[in-house]
Amino acid sequence: MRISRGTAYGVVAAVVVAVVIALLPLTLSDYHLSTGATVGVFFVAILSLNIVTGYTGQISLGQGAFMAIGGYTTAILTHNHGWNDIATLPVAALVGFAAGVIVGLPALRLHGVYLALITFAVALAVPQIAKNYSNFTGGTEGLALPTHSGLWLYRTAWIVAGIVFVLSWLLLRGRAGRAFRAVRDSEVAAASSGVALPIYKTLAFGISAAIAGVAGSVYVLVNNFVNPDVFGLTLSLYILIGAVVGGLGSLWGVIVGAAFVELLPLGLTTAHVSSSQSVPVIFGAVVIAVMALIPLGAADLLRRILHFGSKTKESVQSSLGTEAR
Amino acid sequence: MTAISLFQRTTWRPSSSWIVPLAILGGVVFLVIGSLRSSLFAQQTVSGLANGGVYASLAVALVLIYRATEVINFAQGAIATFTTYIAWQLIDWGLTYWLAFACTLGIAFAGGFALELVAIRPVERRGNVLTVVIASIGLLILVEGAIGWIWGNQVKFMPAPFPARIYHLGGVAFSLQDLGTIAISIASVFVLWLFFQFTKIGLAMRAAAVRPAAARLVGIRVSWMLSLGWGLAAMLGAVAGMLAAASPSVLLQPSMMDGILIYAFAAAVVGGLESPAGAVIGALAIGVLLNLLGSYVSWVTPQLLLPAAFVLMLAVLLVKPSGLFGRTRVRRV
Repeated sequence: MRISRGTAYGVVAAVVVAVVIALLPLTLSDYHLSTGATVGVFFVAILSLNIVTGYTGQISLGQGAFMAIGGYTTAILTHNHGWNDIATLPVAALVGFAAGVIVGLPALRLHGVYLALITFAVALAVPQIAKNYSNFTGGTEGLALPTHSGLWLYRTAWIVAGIVFVLSWLLLRGRAGRAFRAVRDSEVAAASSGVALPIYKTLAFGISAAIAGVAGSVYVLVNNFVNPDVFGLTLSLYILIGAVVGGLGSLWGVIVGAAFVELLPLGLTTAHVSSSQSVPVIFGAVVIAVMALIPLGAADLLRRILHFGSKTKESVQSSLGTEAR
Repeated sequence: MTAISLFQRTTWRPSSSWIVPLAILGGVVFLVIGSLRSSLFAQQTVSGLANGGVYASLAVALVLIYRATEVINFAQGAIATFTTYIAWQLIDWGLTYWLAFACTLGIAFAGGFALELVAIRPVERRGNVLTVVIASIGLLILVEGAIGWIWGNQVKFMPAPFPARIYHLGGVAFSLQDLGTIAISIASVFVLWLFFQFTKIGLAMRAAAVRPAAARLVGIRVSWMLSLGWGLAAMLGAVAGMLAAASPSVLLQPSMMDGILIYAFAAAVVGGLESPAGAVIGALAIGVLLNLLGSYVSWVTPQLLLPAAFVLMLAVLLVKPSGLFGRTRVRRV
């Protein structure tokens, strides 16, 4: 197998990051370990959004809804049917995949802002549905799940994150990844070159939702509790913030985005710089600033600093899908 | 079609001409007959129209911005909530309701104008539609967060603009609150229409929205027209927010308009996203439809109204993406 220099750097960086993440538990308290597990959950969730929005150019504001579907799959199977919680993760992925395909089918006909509208509505509608069928989902009171130690949660979350990362990397560097990027950069050009748009768009939604479903499962395990408010609009928006800050269309940005979303609020409050009330204000301002200054996020910033590859200004225009209208 | 359209990337043709008016007429006849036969039906229709009035103001605000920039402003609801808090604050400081209402409209205009200038224009200058949409979501997070930061997350109680009086008309009870909400929301949209139709600035704004390049050539400052549009949209949103907060079923809290925003989205989509009149009719229809569904269909609980609006929006987008009044846009690739 021929390995390019970029790929080699990438693998080295991945190994370094993995080693750091694996060694962190030695220094962290139980409480901080479960925070670390939440960072892992956001890592997976942001990765899922990046596949459908960053790589395929189909905006999705409803990633929290897919997480809800995975999370409720795990909660219902463990709480009502006595399943082992790890065993529910593949089921959550399958159910998430199905949900993603169902949302992806109408998305075939919808572009840009329309897709944003529909997925935004999904993000708000799914918690309402969970509230309504309370004998199934526990309603507003929610369902309780078995508790685990911080270390167990940390290991589970990051092992899942590692597996998902490697699988996504393999997917995105292969044939499917090329097709996704072709769809993002120009649907017309992609279709003319023989990319089957319906199949790859639906596939992108399905895979993204499957990953989000797994993220939702682990999220529920970390919280050892689920109710509709856990998966409210805020969660979907925070995933979007993470993806935007880290960089749409970059696997490396994902970890930056995850850390940003989960650790910035914590850092601000523990350092007494500011109260937690101000966090959304900062997040919102950062999103606008990123969109105005570096639309491709931290990954692009890093790339520009290192001259890693030869991405130039034109890529900024194409990377978010110019086919909005 | 004028010669100019030869150079446009898109061509226009009117949507099917007679089905839409017929459907609206049928709906109105159904509501009138139902109201004459049952007083409960009449009351539910009127309170549905009142809800629809709130959705209409917000939906027209969305349409206003969409027509100018093809961007859907996800922050529209949050901005409306923010201005409603300002009204609450002014009343709390001792202003009368209507004085606070007027001041809030002024503040909303200035605020909307400033937000476009500070948050949207720098993004628009180099980005495409999706970057602006994401920026508007950033704005949503920021504005909702700012509300919580300034006023806290507890529920506030907004005084009602009208006395809690009930009028009886042939066995049907109409609350002054509902009637006033309908009147104010329709009046505000009507005033906006007059502004666009009969003032020079209104004409300039329409020109800037339809043909930006041509408008620029005749000396219209297109970017200022966009800011102006945001200011007007924020004013309409403020009307929607203040009317919504007066309703007993809506609580004044930072996320007050999240659900209402979805209804307004659905209304705008039903109307075709580009037509203010379509948005108003869509909003009234959705208000009435959801109210009747909620009161006559037993399994439709209040939690299911939002998913119902979502299903309606999805159905319209899939079957007739141009909505009731939108024009079919043929894309040349």
